[in-house]
Formats: sequence, structure tokens, C-alpha cells
Amino acid sequence: MLNLNDIMETISMIQNENLDIRTITMGISLLDCADSDIDRACEKIYEKITRLAGKLVATGDEIEEMYGIPIINKRVSVTPIAMLTAVSGGDPVKYALTLERAANEIGVNFIGGYSALVHKGFAAGDRELIDSIPEALSVTTKVCSSINVGSTKAGINMDAVGMMGKVIRRAAEITADRDCIGCAKLVVFCNAPEDNPFMAGAFHGVGEPDCVINVGVSGPGVVRAALEKCPDGDLSEVADIIKRTAFKITRMGQLVGTEASKRLGVPFGIVDLSLAPTPAVGDSVAHILEEMGLEICGIHGTTAALALLNDAVKKGGVMASSHVGGLSGAFIPVSEDAGMIDAARSGDLSIEKLEAMTSVCSVGLDMIVVPGDTTADVISAIIADEAAIGMVNSKTTAVRLIPAIGKDVGDELEFGGLLGSGPVMPLRARLSPAKFIARGGRIPAPLQSLKN
Amino acid sequence: MRAVISVIGKDTVGILAKVSNICADNNINIVDVTQSVLQDMFVMVMLAEIDKMSCSLSSLSETLGKMGSEMNLDIRVMHEDIFNSMHRI
Repeated sequence: MLNLNDIMETISMIQNENLDIRTITMGISLLDCADSDIDRACEKIYEKITRLAGKLVATGDEIEEMYGIPIINKRVSVTPIAMLTAVSGGDPVKYALTLERAANEIGVNFIGGYSALVHKGFAAGDRELIDSIPEALSVTTKVCSSINVGSTKAGINMDAVGMMGKVIRRAAEITADRDCIGCAKLVVFCNAPEDNPFMAGAFHGVGEPDCVINVGVSGPGVVRAALEKCPDGDLSEVADIIKRTAFKITRMGQLVGTEASKRLGVPFGIVDLSLAPTPAVGDSVAHILEEMGLEICGIHGTTAALALLNDAVKKGGVMASSHVGGLSGAFIPVSEDAGMIDAARSGDLSIEKLEAMTSVCSVGLDMIVVPGDTTADVISAIIADEAAIGMVNSKTTAVRLIPAIGKDVGDELEFGGLLGSGPVMPLRARLSPAKFIARGGRIPAPLQSLKN
Repeated sequence: MRAVISVIGKDTVGILAKVSNICADNNINIVDVTQSVLQDMFVMVMLAEIDKMSCSLSSLSETLGKMGSEMNLDIRVMHEDIFNSMHRI
């Protein structure tokens, strides 16, 4: 017989501490949909996505019912669309509209893969796709876009970094009437993972199988609640508690992932061991750091506390799952985390501190609202800094900035739902990095890349 | 296949009887029952065989949930695997 306390612990995690499966994401390869006629390619894409993922949402709901664990999002990621654009030519926005139509038909809330991988340079289709991103994100609501501009092996493509500053500004401008929502669906990566189940950065890498199920777990509230029971333990104890909790959370992700893959007849890919916050009360990564003893997230000590948290989550999770992948680490998206929002509002959390934090956790400068008059050069320079951290440390970093058009420090943007809301954060933009960005070219791969 | 039926709330007369009645009506065999008081709350956990049940898991969950809310109790039906995978290596 199961232990009564264990049963109560699980129920309490779900009921009181916001434990959930954040996403079941089906990765679908569209390589066999490529066609020199763009309309025919779009037809094939629509047919393949609706055929393979038609039952994704219903299956997710069935599993939710069977185990009594909420599964918040069901999503689809696809092959980077730039590769299909390379074959077909034409206006890539047609692909975005097709993805949107397929997403609406199968009932998923996001579809990722309006992407290009340009870390070493541009191939056919890449520039066209990048140029079309602002329009694609403005005429769709569910399509997410990501661009990989750097890697440890290849260095950083500074021409692409320069382009992305302009693309982000443009995406904000043409969606200014909707709180600049276009930028919330656009991520610029260094070392982008090919099996990430989390949006907006999910795409289906070329090394992946035809179709695969990846699962992202969550549970910042559970970790915080576990730490609350140990107010005076030393940091070794804190790390142990986080490890034990992460193990339990991840086991659940593994269970749901294998069950979903069995029911859908699709191979199981990975569990992404991430702590993904939501704006809901009690679901914040910042609050875990505060539970460790920081009066507020963002003050001195935050980077060390986050490093401990991130490492312990991985150590606990890795044994609980047969395959680990994706981003795997703690997320620090400002607008999606109640504690981060408070710290940004009070001025205790600055963008410089966030940048330091990204060197010890997964992802990067995520969901940060910046002043509306921020120039494309400054945005590019922020991307370059972040990509450099990723490149040198052999880790994924990303930038998802939202220039709040027409607004300045003191104002806020309201995205709603899981994307939350964020105060405009000040930047160090009194002087310009324009000349550095205008040089273009490539930052060579670091010595760390020479491992052979 | 076995499910865990958990009942949490204030102790009143007839909880066990009512839950078992619903199980019996739906051809569900109760394998084990444990009850205790945890943090001032009455907690009852039943392990039930649901292979030969005459209704669907979702309708059982709905019936029990409705009865629970009438009696001010939180009643959940969850597949036992979630507890096994979370608490056993």
C-alpha cells in the first residue's frame, strides 16, 4: 500500500503549490513537406501537422484526467521554416499563416518553428525569413519565431545580430496597438537546443526524428514550499531539499511523457528539467531565491543563490528521467514571474543583474520590457552581450526583449495570460554601441570550441 | 489498473459508506482503505481496482467530486502510477 504521507504530499503539491506539467510539445519534421511550389508546400504542412498532432490536445486532456495532474499547454514545434523557404522561395508569411491555421484546427495554443539557424552565416531562405518575421508575428497569434545567431562551435554572426535589433524594433512597432506582443513571440538564441519544448523558442531540429514528444515540467511553487519547511538549514541542506523536490517533479514529467508517447504512437524525446514560473501567486522562481534568505530578488547574492538552485534542479532531475534535454534549468522571465515583476518595479532588479544571472541558469534575458525609444543598435548590442555569455560558457542563452513603443521607465505593458505583465526597465543607453554593431562580420569561435 | 481515491475534509458520519456505495454501484473493488487525521484534517485513502468498472474514470471522478462538494469534502481519483513514480525509485 502506498504511504499516506506520500499521497498527501503529491495532492498538496498539485492543489496548493501549482505543480503542473507545463507543456507537452510534439516536434514534427517538415523536411518532407518542402516543395518548389510554396502553395503546395503549405498544403503538405497543414496535412502533416493536423494528421500527426490531431489527437494531441485530446490525449493531453485524457492523461490529465487519469493522473489528476494539470497539463497546462499542448504545443507543436516544427522544422525551421527557413529551410522550406530555401526550397520554395516566395513570401515566407504564407508559411506562418499555414502554421496558424493548423494550430487553430488542432487546438494547440502555440506553434514554434518560424525559425532560421544562421550562427555561421546565411543560406538560401534565411534572410527572407528574418525580414518577414515582424509581419508574420503581427498577422498571426500562435506562431512563435526564433533565430539562432551564435554557437560555441561557430562563434557569433554579428551581421545577424545587427539584423535582429532592427527586426525586434519593427515587430514592436507594428504590434504597438497590442502591447507590442509580436516581440513576446520572438527569441534570439545562442546555442539553441533542438529539442526544447518551451515557447517561444521551440523548434524541431534537423537531427530529430520525424515526430517526437517532449515534455516540460514546472514547479517553482513546490520548491519554495519545500524550502519553507527548512527555515534555518545551511545551504547544503537547501541544495538537498531542492534536489529531492526536483526528482519528484521530474518523475511526473517522465510518467506523463511516456504515457503520451505510448498513446500517440510517437517516440518519447526528452524531459526538460526546467523551473518555469507563471505570473500566478506562488509560482515564482524569484520567491525561491527570497526563501533562501534574500530580502528581494536582484540584490547582491542573487547570482549565487540562482547558481545553487539551477545546479540542484539538474542534479535532482537527471536521475528521474531516462532522457534529459531542452533548456533544463531555472527560467527567469521577468514579466512571467510575480517576484521578478515586483523586484523590477521597485528597482532592485536591474538588467545588468539579470545578465549576470543568465550566466548561471538556463535561457537568458527573457521577457524584459525596455523603453520605447531604445534603438536597434542598442538591442543588437544586448543580443551580442548575451550571445557572448552563451558562446564562452558553452550554454544556451537567449534574448526576448520587448521595446514598449511610446512608453518609458515607469510605464508597464500588459500581455495577459502566461506572458504576464512587465514594467519598463531602464537601460545604459546614454552613449551608443552603433559603430561596433555596424562593423558586422563574425566573432570567432572561442578556444572552448576546440575540444577534438 | 488501480486508482487512488482520496478524501480530505472534516470528519462526518457516513463518508466511507457513501464512497464505497458509489464504488460498488460501478463494480469497483476496494482493495485497501487507510484513514488518519493529518494537520486537523480527516484524510481517507482508498486503493481501488478499476479494471472491471462499469463507468469511465472521468464519470467516476465527476460523481465522487460532486458528492464531495455536497459534503464539503475534497475527493479526487488519480491513477496509482503517479504516486508510485513520484515516491519510489
